[in-house]
Amino acid sequence: MLLPRIIPCLLLTKDGLVKTENFKNPNYIGDPINTVKIFNEKKADELIILDIHATTQNYEPNYKLIDKLARESKMPICYGGGIKNLDQAKKIFSFGIEKIGLSSIIFSNLKIISEISNYAGSQSTVVVLDIFKENNEYFIFINNGKTKIDENFDNFIVKLQDEGVGEIVVNSINKDGSMSGFDFDLINKIFYLTKIPITVLGGAKDYSDIENVVKKYGSIGIAAGSLFVYKGSRKAVLINYPIKTDKIKIFNNLIKDV
Amino acid sequence: MIGIIDYGLGNIKAISNIYDKLKIKNILVKSEIDFEKAERLILPGVGSFDSAMNLLDKKNYIQTIVSMVLEKEKKILGICVGMQTFAKKSDEGSMEGFNWIDGEVKKFEKNNNDRLPHMGWNSIKKNKENPLFKNIENDEYFYFCHSYYFKCKRNEDIITQTSFGSNFASSINNKNIYGIQFHPEKSHDSGSTILKNFAIL
Repeated sequence: MLLPRIIPCLLLTKDGLVKTENFKNPNYIGDPINTVKIFNEKKADELIILDIHATTQNYEPNYKLIDKLARESKMPICYGGGIKNLDQAKKIFSFGIEKIGLSSIIFSNLKIISEISNYAGSQSTVVVLDIFKENNEYFIFINNGKTKIDENFDNFIVKLQDEGVGEIVVNSINKDGSMSGFDFDLINKIFYLTKIPITVLGGAKDYSDIENVVKKYGSIGIAAGSLFVYKGSRKAVLINYPIKTDKIKIFNNLIKDV
Repeated sequence: MIGIIDYGLGNIKAISNIYDKLKIKNILVKSEIDFEKAERLILPGVGSFDSAMNLLDKKNYIQTIVSMVLEKEKKILGICVGMQTFAKKSDEGSMEGFNWIDGEVKKFEKNNNDRLPHMGWNSIKKNKENPLFKNIENDEYFYFCHSYYFKCKRNEDIITQTSFGSNFASSINNKNIYGIQFHPEKSHDSGSTILKNFAIL
């Protein structure tokens, strides 16, 4: 059977990996290559790696680094950050990155979704949406949570699927770095609006949070930042990931062996 | 010597990296001479059927690959869309495939519970024993990422099946031609085992 995916999400800057809180206060985590090596050893299902400054500081994706990451990784990677056209995407695919995450660009050029999906297939075309909850309503933001997009959330999710996107990652700005549990209303909303794979990100505090998502929604992607890079209430940097026995428990004993 | 065909698609470096760690000699195949040097070939792939065939055509690799596989009988392993190019044709495009293994590439039919693309870790069931799956348990998990599957005409060409809605061929073999739908280079230890097995078939 197809298993749920438990996905560490790593945030890249020019100075290395960081972790944010509500998209602010980036805290240095470590060297990206080394971190990927640790997740190899821990046999993570997949990785999401997002360059959070490429668009806002207007620089090209760090091809040299992405090439090294793809070469080192023994698990699939979704890379996002600073991709504005098909040529850039082609270059990143040529390194062996499986999936490209699009964000800001789709609001000025929605067609880039079908361009990339025609080239690489929809399974490799991912949209990453940063969502802010305000007065019980959900809004899409870009530029690290600074610019609000004037689109109805529900309609836009439908539109993305019509364009041929293969996966949607929803990242809760309110929950980012809070380790206060997932926003289940948001998960529920996105789950019933989609017929494609989805990944939810933002708020995971422990493995039981992940277990609760799996219980309710089955084979979806569950991503987390802080949970997999910090240990303890003082948030000491320590790369971690569920081991086999943890996973069997998370997957609710659906499978004997993972 | 394993030759990983470099045509602009797929995880060639990740595959080569795994072989380096296994201390198995490998080259990235970029020219006629490289094709000659390689004893076995890997055709990787991330992307759509037509992109793959177009890129192979643009590089003038198609005739060379055909001669390596059919005349020189070198073993070839197709990965993901690489495997799909071994079919006659695909629903995903209008280009012709190699037509080496009897079948066509079809899109998964949508039913209510399964979300397309088929993306993530799924298990295999052996249809028969095959040296490519030596030291791989039944029910082992591999990473899949695709919306189209190889619909095999002949049951004896199917090595393993995987369930997604219904069963599909997750690996195939006929004579010196092998195909796997999942990504061994992104499937941790079980994936490395498959790549190792291919090197010593």
